[in-house]
Amino acid sequence: MVYVTRKIEFSASHRYHNPALSPEDNRRLFGKCNNPHGHGHNYTLEVTIAGEPDPVTGMVLDLKELKQILEREIMERMDHRFLNYEVAELAGQIPTCENVARVIWNLLQPKIPQGGLYRVRLYESADLFADCYGNGARGRA
Amino acid sequence: MTDETLYPEPFVQLGRRYHFAASHRLHSPQLSAADNFRIYGKCNNPYGHGHNYTVEVRFSGAIDPATGMIANLADLDAFVDEHVLSPFDHRSLQEEVPAFQEAVPTTENLCVEIFKRLRLFPTAKLEAVRVEETSNNSFEYAGNEQGMTP
Repeated sequence: MVYVTRKIEFSASHRYHNPALSPEDNRRLFGKCNNPHGHGHNYTLEVTIAGEPDPVTGMVLDLKELKQILEREIMERMDHRFLNYEVAELAGQIPTCENVARVIWNLLQPKIPQGGLYRVRLYESADLFADCYGNGARGRA
Repeated sequence: MTDETLYPEPFVQLGRRYHFAASHRLHSPQLSAADNFRIYGKCNNPYGHGHNYTVEVRFSGAIDPATGMIANLADLDAFVDEHVLSPFDHRSLQEEVPAFQEAVPTTENLCVEIFKRLRLFPTAKLEAVRVEETSNNSFEYAGNEQGMTP
């Protein structure tokens, strides 16, 4: 098995706010991230595909195709957007790194041949990230 | 949205990186002075030397629908600060951390010691600890469970 990783970067804003909680509880729970005007990050997304190299092409997958999928599914949806208001898949959810990574996994999984999507790693900053793996899997390095 | 049965929800981990600086000396009392120098080389310098360590931790758990989080970052940061950063930062590992009066403070052993401390975090499950001793050397420990990264 060979693991192929493609990295993209996008910038987006978000706000942590749960309308079911009081303003005080929101501020206590989410701190600065509750700022009503939102704030933003430069996100780095690493998408890892697992597979055997094709004996003819020597490739696990055509990286051009993966690049197009990431452009269409992720960049067009999320780059320079306010995640809370402009990404339908995040409506009603707190756009934490965990949830954004999960939404990205769920967007990509049907577009990649079954079993091929190995890991989605989303960095919100250099020191904070979330990983998604197929259900039941545990992480490799 | 995706079909739940065809495309089940992923297994999600939260990753966080922390930084501290500390000194250490690699020296085993079970070895002769000559063997210590032969095995550890520069790292056996009696006065010690230091590194800027980066600790990467990964936790799993259910994403709380009220917060969108596996673990509250303020709680996690406070726990890591209390149990790892405060006791290790700007310290001599073998002089000031009891575990390294027994074990040689290699970064392998440091990784295991940090794992032991952070597995006690109450609200999420520790999956792995990876320590970068320098940007060129890193070590990862995920407990001894089957299927984990060696």
